[in-house]
Amino acid sequence: MTPLDALARACADVRPAEPEEGVLGVAPRFVAAPASPDEAAAVLTAAAEHGLAVVPRGGETRLDWGLPPRRCDLLIDTTRLSRVVEHAAGDLVVKAEAGVALDDLAGVLAERGQRLALDAPLPGSTVGGTLATGAAGPLRLLYGAPRDLVIGLTIVRADGRIARSGGKVVKNVAGYDLGRLFAGSYGTLGLIVDATFRLHPVPETRAFVTRTYTAPKDAHDAVQAVLHCPAYAAGLEVTSGPGAAVRVAVLLEGVADGVPARAALVAGLLGDGAIGAEPPPGWGAYPDGTTLVETSVPPGSLPELLTAVPDASLAWSASGHGHAGLPAGTTPEQAAAALAALRRVGGAVVRYAPQDVRAALDVWGPVPGIALMRRVKDQFDPQHRLSPGRFAGGI
Amino acid sequence: MIPGRRPRSDAGAPVTADPPADGVKGDGMNAPLDRLAERFAALLPPGGVITDPVRLATYECDGLTTHRASPGVVVLPESAEHVAAIVRACVEENVPYVARGSGTGLSGGALPRTDGVLIVTARMRRILEIDLPNQRAVVEPGVINLDVTRAVRANGYYFAPDPSSQQICSVGGNVAENSGGAHCLKYGFTAHHVLSCEVVTPDGDVVELGSGPGYDLLGVFVGAEGTLGITTKITVKLTRVPETVQTLLAAFPSIETGGTAVSKIIGMGVVPAAIEMMDALAIEAAEAAVNCGYPADAGAVLVVELDGPEAEVAHQFAAVERLCREAGAFEVRVAADDAERALIWKGRKSAFAAVGRISPAYLVQDGVIPRTALPEVLASIDALSAASGVRVANVFHAGDGNLHPLVLFDDAVEGAADRAEDVSGKILDLCVEHGGSITGEHGVGVDKARYMPRMFTDTDLDTMQMVRCGFDPAGLCNPGKIFPTPRLCGEVPGVRKGPHPLVAQGKAELF
Repeated sequence: MTPLDALARACADVRPAEPEEGVLGVAPRFVAAPASPDEAAAVLTAAAEHGLAVVPRGGETRLDWGLPPRRCDLLIDTTRLSRVVEHAAGDLVVKAEAGVALDDLAGVLAERGQRLALDAPLPGSTVGGTLATGAAGPLRLLYGAPRDLVIGLTIVRADGRIARSGGKVVKNVAGYDLGRLFAGSYGTLGLIVDATFRLHPVPETRAFVTRTYTAPKDAHDAVQAVLHCPAYAAGLEVTSGPGAAVRVAVLLEGVADGVPARAALVAGLLGDGAIGAEPPPGWGAYPDGTTLVETSVPPGSLPELLTAVPDASLAWSASGHGHAGLPAGTTPEQAAAALAALRRVGGAVVRYAPQDVRAALDVWGPVPGIALMRRVKDQFDPQHRLSPGRFAGGI
Repeated sequence: MIPGRRPRSDAGAPVTADPPADGVKGDGMNAPLDRLAERFAALLPPGGVITDPVRLATYECDGLTTHRASPGVVVLPESAEHVAAIVRACVEENVPYVARGSGTGLSGGALPRTDGVLIVTARMRRILEIDLPNQRAVVEPGVINLDVTRAVRANGYYFAPDPSSQQICSVGGNVAENSGGAHCLKYGFTAHHVLSCEVVTPDGDVVELGSGPGYDLLGVFVGAEGTLGITTKITVKLTRVPETVQTLLAAFPSIETGGTAVSKIIGMGVVPAAIEMMDALAIEAAEAAVNCGYPADAGAVLVVELDGPEAEVAHQFAAVERLCREAGAFEVRVAADDAERALIWKGRKSAFAAVGRISPAYLVQDGVIPRTALPEVLASIDALSAASGVRVANVFHAGDGNLHPLVLFDDAVEGAADRAEDVSGKILDLCVEHGGSITGEHGVGVDKARYMPRMFTDTDLDTMQMVRCGFDPAGLCNPGKIFPTPRLCGEVPGVRKGPHPLVAQGKAELF
């Protein structure tokens, strides 16, 4: 039996890949779109039997992140895994399949006054892709990242077997937490087929307080003042760009009786900050540029971050995580210098970049614990068929 | 409480297919342990090695006293280098080792091995750094949970995880167990408050987890119950002390009416810092023990605490009070100050120990259900209790559905312990049937490993153990915990069998 025949027996929606469906230029041979966890398991079983290298694809919003796969025989398209399996509103929990778009999920949850407290800067991004890339924005300050909100996970292993961890209760310490392990694992450990998250109520009201500063030191002082005050910010984002002033924006969420007083407090701390009901332009978005670098820089090092790379656009959240964008036309040498400058301040990982730039960069940078990571990878995927080469240390 | 219920041998049984290379000698001396004790004595400052059987016996159990095993050797390292050297020596001798903090765990997670080494972190109690601009602190694993808060309280900060043992439990133990506490409904668990850990791996290497890109190994290390390595330095997040805290006690005629109030509070979109519930039997016990003065004749009491910005809390607190009355509360007491708040909490916090006043012995269970299943599950527990004649007092973190049924029995009556154990196990079955968990915060340890298959398939457990095989293919790091059946890891490329490479290269000496 040919691989295509085997896949077709496993899954109703299988076809040869189109040339433009390459992952960072590596063209797959086949695309399979399973519609259930069982079908996904059958696809991975067939892939195992035929030794196919597999790359998952969700909404294609972050498929160009990371490194190109060393091999890509089969794309597994998750968009038919599109069921919101269970929204237990009374328990503030939702279980959704990997291909559900975050925007669609938000719509379902909003009907009951609830939300998954994750920023979704890229329209169309899915549950599975968001988890696999560990993507988060300014809300991370109060609510955490996907690793902090996922409470249950179903995966299909490289050998085609279905495995679950966690469950559908928030408080649960039975067994290892594979949800946290899979968050940010870029499809290299298994295929995420569904995930269960803890939810939060949609706040009654919210306010954004913003102010711009010319001196990085002043922005830093403002951030420190807000962090150490009791206003309980849900998000705090600092943005800057070449030649532009530094903007500090603070999000407050809560009840209508409480938010105005908190917003006034923060406005005072910022020194005459402007209060608005709507997010300021670009709130939670990735900075402009053709190269995107994810940074991890704690609040105390903000002034150094703001001055590290004059050409970069920055968006930094007070959770200590942020992004730097390098403009089109940045040469590989300039990009390497910018990356080195960022790494003198904190952690920096290249998410996407033009091919010539990417080829010149150490995309992941130093990886403490890489030996353990390789061993974990070897256990989950001994033949290195799952998104091979996409991840840190060539995993 | 139930002496002799389990044979001692279960803690000392070999868990890998290959028994230790040097077994127990015919003269009763254990050669590998003796050799290790000598090496440890040369490594550690005076008093750092315990081999006296009487003193070893003081380490024979953690907070769960039903499982006991006297450790082969106890060591008290003072640094990461000590811990790494101890682990490497254990690996060389193929001897299992277990880490222990303050020994307050409730699932036998730190149960020693008679044929192994117990690594106690009591001499690693330094707070290394307090970094307020970055809202973090760096501590050694033996630091007491509450001491972190004490060190930063004056600056308006605290360490959020607050397990009931926080006056004595260690941060390293919190990391191992992913400890929660009464306030984790709003603030989350230890996993949400640990930024990075320096870890001695089962190879004896020192690595920093959580500080760089790649797999979130920190995320799986926290809560792995000491089976993936030993943390030697922990960077914790510090949380801003809320502007205000408001606490009320509401008395209800029944558990059902109390449960209704909980659902309404959560349904309104409020996330309280804590919602605790106790049933009539638990109230009776608390009253007998600490005279907390809870309203008489209550079928259930709720303790609800809100914290945060003042304007926010004032608004929500009024709503909570109203919802409690609407649900049928016949008395609502609001704490006017910290002293009154402490009095309200006194009854709840004393509940476990207090049950000793109304029963000669008891088992503390720890299960989780979806909050909405509360009335149904409590009715089933009532039915179980009635059918078996075993009394059950209920204390729970109602906000997140974490039940702590206290199963009462008289250990002087033959068979009573077994009946209590049976009821306790059936309560876990109820939790699993309703989509919950066999443990919300006490951990699996040695106590609940046998229940894991009720919640997870063989494949699920096999998959979790792939992580363990990646970290600890030899299976020497706290073996016998969490998993009912160890997974054979097979030949893993790169696993060190000979001496440590640095030793082989002459760059380092083991001792």
